[in-house]
Amino acid sequence: MQTIKSPYNFRGGIHPAYNKKLSNGSAIESLPLPAVLSVPMSQHLGAPAKPCVKVGDEVKKGTLIGAQNGFISAPIHSPASGKVKVITDVATASGRPCQAIVIECDESNETEFLPPIENWQKSDKDDLLTRIGETGIVGMGGAGFPTKVKLSPPMDKPIDTVIINGAECEPYLTSDHRMMVEHAKEIRIGAEIIRSILGAKTLRIAIEDNKPDAIKAIEDAFQDIEGDVAIAVLHTVYPQGSEKQQIYAVTGREVPSGGLPMDVGCVVENTSTTFAIYEAVIKGLPLMQRVITVTGDAVQKPANLLAPFGTSYQDLIDACGGFTEDKPAKVISGGPMMGFAVSSLETPTGKTSSGLLLLSKKRVSQYSSQACIACGRCVEACPMNLIPSELSQFIEAEDIEGAEEIALMNCIECGSCAFVCPAHRPLVQHMRRGKAAVMAKRMAANAKG
Amino acid sequence: MDNIILQSFAWIGLLGLIIGASLAVAAKYLAVKEDPRIGEVNELLPAANCGGCGYAGCAEYAKAIVMDHAEINLCAPGGTDCMNAIAAFMGVRATATEKMTAIVLCCGDDEVAKRRFAYNGINDCAAAHATAGGDKACTWGCLGYGSCARVCPVNAIRIEKGIAKVDKTLCIACEKCIAVCPRHLIKLVPAAAEIHVLCSSKDKGPAVKKACSTGCIGCRLCTKFGDEGAFVMDGFLAKVDYSIPITKEEVIEKCPAKCIVKD
Repeated sequence: MQTIKSPYNFRGGIHPAYNKKLSNGSAIESLPLPAVLSVPMSQHLGAPAKPCVKVGDEVKKGTLIGAQNGFISAPIHSPASGKVKVITDVATASGRPCQAIVIECDESNETEFLPPIENWQKSDKDDLLTRIGETGIVGMGGAGFPTKVKLSPPMDKPIDTVIINGAECEPYLTSDHRMMVEHAKEIRIGAEIIRSILGAKTLRIAIEDNKPDAIKAIEDAFQDIEGDVAIAVLHTVYPQGSEKQQIYAVTGREVPSGGLPMDVGCVVENTSTTFAIYEAVIKGLPLMQRVITVTGDAVQKPANLLAPFGTSYQDLIDACGGFTEDKPAKVISGGPMMGFAVSSLETPTGKTSSGLLLLSKKRVSQYSSQACIACGRCVEACPMNLIPSELSQFIEAEDIEGAEEIALMNCIECGSCAFVCPAHRPLVQHMRRGKAAVMAKRMAANAKG
Repeated sequence: MDNIILQSFAWIGLLGLIIGASLAVAAKYLAVKEDPRIGEVNELLPAANCGGCGYAGCAEYAKAIVMDHAEINLCAPGGTDCMNAIAAFMGVRATATEKMTAIVLCCGDDEVAKRRFAYNGINDCAAAHATAGGDKACTWGCLGYGSCARVCPVNAIRIEKGIAKVDKTLCIACEKCIAVCPRHLIKLVPAAAEIHVLCSSKDKGPAVKKACSTGCIGCRLCTKFGDEGAFVMDGFLAKVDYSIPITKEEVIEKCPAKCIVKD
């Protein structure tokens, strides 16, 4: 085990104000159980889960309430004991309505967990994968891709390197940071489980150099680990936590255009996901809660809260002492770079909710965008080596094929281009619209045959 | 000196003669024979080049009429007059089509319909619709960012108080706006029809009321007080069956949401 300063650094990226001091010193606290939880059926990428309980049913903590619905999907478990009040549509953080099971919680705290897997080192790889699938674990860094699928690469794509992503490059967020400081031992066991499932030789824990306490905690916990294990200390630059950028920073390998990390023999797992794998295997706990950072200058007491899925944003804010005198002008689910502004505090949390950011009026600017002045700053900032200025102009002119030709689909929507644009052009919105148009076109072509 | 000028004139003149002669020969032997009727039918078409007929402009449509015997009633801007003229010229029988117009089935303008948040992004309906489902509290209603107005070839659509309105007298029923609307609110209706249900919300009454004061709440009063069969229910939304003429105009008064409108 050693700590290495990463020799590579990806091209581009930005240095936003990180503002992590607001919450990186506060230890993880458990949220008191809310009276009502509305658990969305779509907390992951892929098909939403199918409710498998009826209104009026009694559920225990850990009861399966949403069944996996397809290959790219994940099951959903009740985060508390109680009674199913109603099954209705709620608006999720992205704004799209989605089916949710509303549970009226009771104090009985009855549980229905899976049996722990004793001696996981000796158990079959498939048993471990089944456990990760049945506990509903998905990538908790933001995308929500089902972890079981990610850990089952095809035979012709051997994985030699596992990277545990503790970069947390998104400004304001500190949930992964606190997980590493407080649960380094559990993360170590989770990482060992991932390594053994994939049969990978190399294990890297990637942490940005602005989290010395997390590096220290991980160093202590991983000290006597066997094999090729190292902590890769990365430069603090956004988007260092993005999969492709991180693989380059840690290994020097470049994921090909349109390819996946497994094409270069890598798998990247978020620290919170690694912790969830530990809980699923060692304790038999389904994924029912996560740490969410509630922060910003419009909340009294920024905190890292361990909250069950389905908690409304209002409950989280109440637990943090409510708003400051400056009422929030913008409420963002996630971080300021990749998060979604939400319009209702009734929005429930889910597996990918890593933060809730409340910004007062003086922190929020309303821009009107102007024409591109061809300064090229977005080109300098793009970590995917794209030309955002040209892409956005193609999309504005409805020339979707033109944008596709200059690699629109490689855009990771990190927002670096929009952050640096002096004309305040809504570049990411253009990219999203263009990508949606390309996807719609491909779907239509597929449907035709 | 003089010599050079004269020489130049002579050479250029000779070159001109040779090229002119070869062009004359080419025009005679390489000429493409086009049916002269195509040009004449093209003259009869209104030259709007809107593409509403399904062909790439009026000239292509004229060619299709002459060469492929395409239907002659496809030109919406030209209407009956244009069709009759082509029918007389081509010696075919004309089957009259009803003049249609596009209509925006929403009357929830900014005075009556709420917005959930301040949208500050791209001025385009599809982009606004993709941002958290659109800023309008009603997830069915017109967003008013004018994507339809921008594609209209005859400027028949304008945005008034935050919603799109179609000017019937200008609309040529080319359906471009219909294709671009992300909420599928724009429909073609007979231009002669005067009474419409200007709402597209299929939500239940209380949900509609929360978002907009002129949304159809599905009370069915129009089906009771209107002409037999003129109003039909699609779930919680009343729709006009344009095949039935509406005589009882009191439905406009009866509608509690005031979304039945005469224009």
